[in-house]
Amino acid sequence: MTKPSSETKSGMSTISVHAGEARQKATGSITDPIVCASTFTFESTQSVIDYIEQKQDREEYGRYGNPNEKVAERKLAALDAAQDAIVFSSGMAAFVGLLMAKLNSGDEIIFFDECYHRSREFCFKHLSRFGVVTRQVKTGDFDAMESAITPRTKMLVSESPTNPHLTVIDLEQFADLGKKHQVETLIDATLATPFNVRPLTFGVDYVLHSATKYLGGHNDLLAGVIIGDMEKLESVRNLRGIMGGINSPHNLYLLERGLKTFGLRMQRHNANGQAIAEFLESHPRVGRVFYPGLSSHPTHEIAKRTMHGYGGLITFLVKDATWEQTAKIIDSVKIPRIGPSLGGVESLIEQPMVMSYFNYTPEDRRRFGIDDNMIRMACGIEDTADLIDDLRQALEQ
Amino acid sequence: MKFRTRAIHVGNEPDPATGAVVPPLYLASTFIQPAAGEWGKFDYSRSGSPTRANVERTIADLEGGCAALAFASGMAATHCATMLLNSGDHIVAGSDIYGGTFRLLHKICNRSGIQVTLCHAHELDSVAAAIQSNTKMVWIESVGNPQMTIADISAVAELTRRHGAILGVDSTFASPVLVRPLELGADICMHSATKYLGGHSDCLAGVLVSRDPELHRQLYFVQNATGAVLGPLESFLLARGLKTLDIRMREQCRSAQRIAEWLKQHPAVKRVLYPGLPEHPQHELARRQMNGLFGAMISFEVQGDFAETKRICQSTKLFGLAVSLGAVESLIEQPASMSHASYDAAARAKFGIADSLIRISVGLEDCDDLIADLDQALIPG
Repeated sequence: MTKPSSETKSGMSTISVHAGEARQKATGSITDPIVCASTFTFESTQSVIDYIEQKQDREEYGRYGNPNEKVAERKLAALDAAQDAIVFSSGMAAFVGLLMAKLNSGDEIIFFDECYHRSREFCFKHLSRFGVVTRQVKTGDFDAMESAITPRTKMLVSESPTNPHLTVIDLEQFADLGKKHQVETLIDATLATPFNVRPLTFGVDYVLHSATKYLGGHNDLLAGVIIGDMEKLESVRNLRGIMGGINSPHNLYLLERGLKTFGLRMQRHNANGQAIAEFLESHPRVGRVFYPGLSSHPTHEIAKRTMHGYGGLITFLVKDATWEQTAKIIDSVKIPRIGPSLGGVESLIEQPMVMSYFNYTPEDRRRFGIDDNMIRMACGIEDTADLIDDLRQALEQ
Repeated sequence: MKFRTRAIHVGNEPDPATGAVVPPLYLASTFIQPAAGEWGKFDYSRSGSPTRANVERTIADLEGGCAALAFASGMAATHCATMLLNSGDHIVAGSDIYGGTFRLLHKICNRSGIQVTLCHAHELDSVAAAIQSNTKMVWIESVGNPQMTIADISAVAELTRRHGAILGVDSTFASPVLVRPLELGADICMHSATKYLGGHSDCLAGVLVSRDPELHRQLYFVQNATGAVLGPLESFLLARGLKTLDIRMREQCRSAQRIAEWLKQHPAVKRVLYPGLPEHPQHELARRQMNGLFGAMISFEVQGDFAETKRICQSTKLFGLAVSLGAVESLIEQPASMSHASYDAAARAKFGIADSLIRISVGLEDCDDLIADLDQALIPG
């Protein structure tokens, strides 16, 4: 399987608008109602028994499922060409939900090392307390990953593209390595989204998205999702019902609504990302630019082969700048707001050294590749020329 | 800043209290005041509320007006505008207008002693002939409904101004992405914001945007006194929808152009009414007035009677059978039995609302999927 073809792409907007929803809804309403119920009532004892004996597909108690959750899950599964999707209250809840369902004491997982710092923190500080061993290898080094595999290894984990270096993983190679050793594979594809890549089609077992980002798309909700085969996800769904990290009906409605413009928004994020990365690369004050759509990016060839577009996130270094000089640029932009997160219609900008790694030692920052003069910009869907003009004035102050 | 950037940022400044990138949704019905007889910015939410004020600011900016008022529905907005008139005043309206506006003018405004004359808004002579000494308002649509006629807004504005009347333009079909009537000389720009502005078929809303602060003050007085204001939840959803207005509208117009051209060559189609087709009588005007786009609404007549037309409207799988328009989901309807059913048979005949007329609202789905859907529906049953 290669990157999404123009044919699979062609129906993406139709999937965004219609998939997962009943064609005809109760009352004839064109949009789904928000079902706020904490519990769902039964007509009679017999209908309770029918439900328990799985003769009737319906809801029981809000923690186990809700109609708004079902619609969002079906839509997300359709976008990723998957059988099933399980929505959580945040991206981290989804990540934790999958690992807690799949790992036991004594198991091991192996990570590519460029990743969201909270994912790393959860594995090293918390999974370790339950006797799960986490190993990290250099991102993209498949030999190192293979040699780290032991009979106890249960999962291989990577982001693609990674954060904040935007390294793109060869997903076919990643999935094949897992299959060769009978180890399951997980890709956090938050930065790619199903618009740009569908990891399951490469043989990856699980896809994780922080749906707070491009999928929700409006910076106004938190959500996470695990996507994959229904059978493999059954234990994840059951554990979610016990641990309770579910999302709420109001939020899920906003997610469903946000998904309606998903295909359209991604076209703009991709276009802005590419144009702004090219502008930055040509600017004399800018050193290195990390963006998979640039031929200078180390994994550009893999990206070109496997991705439809490259998203809105760009990381770049300000030439010969101290962290304070770099901060001055961030403080001078007028359109992007200073803040963590990405994937919303509003552009955001931040300095990883300050925003996420301020309390780390300089050695640790170096180890994770976080430079003092690094800026991460999450392009929104504003007018491209406005964003470029704004960055130019900030760089030339 | 350009349109798309303003749609995202104006009226959406981060919350000073918490830094939240999206302003909070204030549901409060009333606001605590600094002292007795001393008023804060907001007092009672009919008179103004923070979430509504934000979205009013965004829309005023996008339409190039001095201020905007948000209402519970498009009809509430139009009604507010007509309440500027007094008994004995006269209003001239286009004949190619929304059925609900037609009903308001002929069955509600008449009760207050307001007289109505309809004209062909796309023919300047017809507008001029309809104006009387007591004409206080001219009401047209920037794209007519359902004939898709295009009025020359600047010319009608000039004519209206000469007679000392107010020009109101219902710009629902165009949205400010295509036409900004205030910049062309209109006094009031009205929207059913339920349509393209909200864009997701999930909130009813109307707006009036004014060019002149004094006119805005008069409209605000009526709104506050009569109370058909937009609620905070709908204001929030409307603001959220506006952020993708520009990209939605452009994509929908692109698809509509393709679909109109495809319909034109279809054997089951008699004629297509779409301003983007060269044979449209006001195609050249549309080209000048609509920012290079032609909207996402198409009307067309099929070869067939009332029953066959009805069958086609009921046979689509992606296009939903419903009135309304402007959202991500494509819709189809038969004006004679649905959107313009409030016209009697004589009025329908007079205004060209044939039994075989179909109106579609092109949504955001993939254009190939939409064409395939129409194609299977048009096959004679």
